[in-house]
Amino acid sequence: MQPFTFRRPADLSEASALLAAEGAVALGGGMSLLPVLKQRLAAHAMLVDLSRLPPLQGISATDGVLYVGAGTTHADVAASPVVAGTIPALAALAGGIGDPQVRNRGTLGGVLANADPAADYPAAVLALGAEVVTDRRAIPADAFFRGLFLTALEPGEIITGVRFPVPAAAGYAKFRSPASRYAIVGVFVARGAGGVRVAVTGAASSVFRVPQMERALDAAFTRDALAGLTVPPEGLNGDIHAEPSFRAHLVGVMARRAVAAALA
Amino acid sequence: MDLMLEVNGQTVRASAPDETLLVDFLRDTLGLTGTHVGCDTSQCGACVVHVDGRAVKSCTMLAASADGSRVLTIEGLAATTGGNDLHPMQRAFHENHGLQCGFCTPGMVMTAVAYAADHAAPDEADVRAALEGNLCRCTGYQNIVASVIAGAAAMHAGKEA
Ligand SMILES: Cc1cc2nc3c(=O)[nH]c(=O)nc-3n(C[C@H](O)[C@H](O)[C@H](O)COP(=O)(O)OP(=O)(O)OC[C@H]3O[C@@H](n4cnc5c(N)ncnc54)[C@H](O)[C@@H]3O)c2cc1C
Ligand code: FES
Ligand code: FES
Repeated sequence: MQPFTFRRPADLSEASALLAAEGAVALGGGMSLLPVLKQRLAAHAMLVDLSRLPPLQGISATDGVLYVGAGTTHADVAASPVVAGTIPALAALAGGIGDPQVRNRGTLGGVLANADPAADYPAAVLALGAEVVTDRRAIPADAFFRGLFLTALEPGEIITGVRFPVPAAAGYAKFRSPASRYAIVGVFVARGAGGVRVAVTGAASSVFRVPQMERALDAAFTRDALAGLTVPPEGLNGDIHAEPSFRAHLVGVMARRAVAAALA
Repeated sequence: MDLMLEVNGQTVRASAPDETLLVDFLRDTLGLTGTHVGCDTSQCGACVVHVDGRAVKSCTMLAASADGSRVLTIEGLAATTGGNDLHPMQRAFHENHGLQCGFCTPGMVMTAVAYAADHAAPDEADVRAALEGNLCRCTGYQNIVASVIAGAAAMHAGKEA
């Protein structure tokens, strides 16, 4: 790794001030950032460790909204009785990320800021119509993800937490890479106050919704409502694990499994 | 930066460059070479240690992030039982032939101990899921899984006695 300065701010205003400097980046659990630095794919002058920052911690549920602090680890989301009692599909998703050691360090905020096209949480955030809360504003999920590793965050902007509206039903199904555990295709389905939302991760350069499936599930929230429905392979990812046509097929299969999970 | 942390029950004060990985701090600064490095992609788990009781990949954590924490490595594991004997999980790996070359073993054992702390009677599928972050190039996993099941039982039998 290239040398850098490490800082651990005591509060959010100190963190914001440090991150305003040229070359400073946030450090969450480090499970995406440190491998990139180790392989010298990137170098930064300063790492600002947010992983223990008190205002980024905590899980709570009030008035139909589940709030998860950005510094919460995947392991803590997976084990949380509050998450299990409000959006169990989110707890299951968190428990299926990576492996136990990745879940012990990786954080919700780190996943969202990173916007890896194969990450799991973006599907939940988009399907649930969540709001990403930062030190500056609240960003609706539909405006947050902008493309491959690209988000609406401004330089130095800190994610502090996510507000998830609690749905009537939700399910997640993932076809995972046996090597990395990331999603080759993952589909999150949520039936909420504003109707059904379906979000797909792993299949394209960024998480996306499938309006055709949403309309079908609005008409009837059953597995069979999706019979024969999938997305066209044009523009989908292709790699050693799955070519675009296979990913397109998997979107249909995972969507039906996600509905089945939501109804279970 | 100057670090103060507890490693295997002892307070350690040391200075290391800010970008030092926890695994390099343990191996190079403290000379605790039982923690291994097997990959460059955070996937193999040869480097697993406990930080404040949780299994982490020490190749993917900065030593600076562990400042003020409690770190347990394979070298300190036996002493947590209060004697000079092997930890029950180490003994289970020995008795079940849970290693061949032994390179993955420190990480396997540390992962297994963290997992078994609250899983007294896991079945084979549970153990395989718990070991997803640990790779072994030799054994084919069969005897590692058997070791973890036996070790978990032994850890909890000891508690009740
Ligand atoms: C072996 C392995 C397997 C994995 N498998 C999966 C998987 O199956 N599914 C999956 O979804 N992920 C997987 N991951 C990624 C894992 O979930 C990471 O935890 C996650 O991508 C990044 O979170 P982090 O807290 O570690 O962030 P870091 O690595 O610390 O940071 C990532 C990026 O986010 C920024 N950042 C961090 N926190 C904040 C914040 N609060 N505000 C603004 N910016 C911030 C950083 O500056 C950096 O750019 C895997 C990782 C590994 C190593
Ligand atoms: S050396 Fe840490 S995961 Fe391979
Ligand atoms: S015993 Fe050789 S790598 Fe596991």
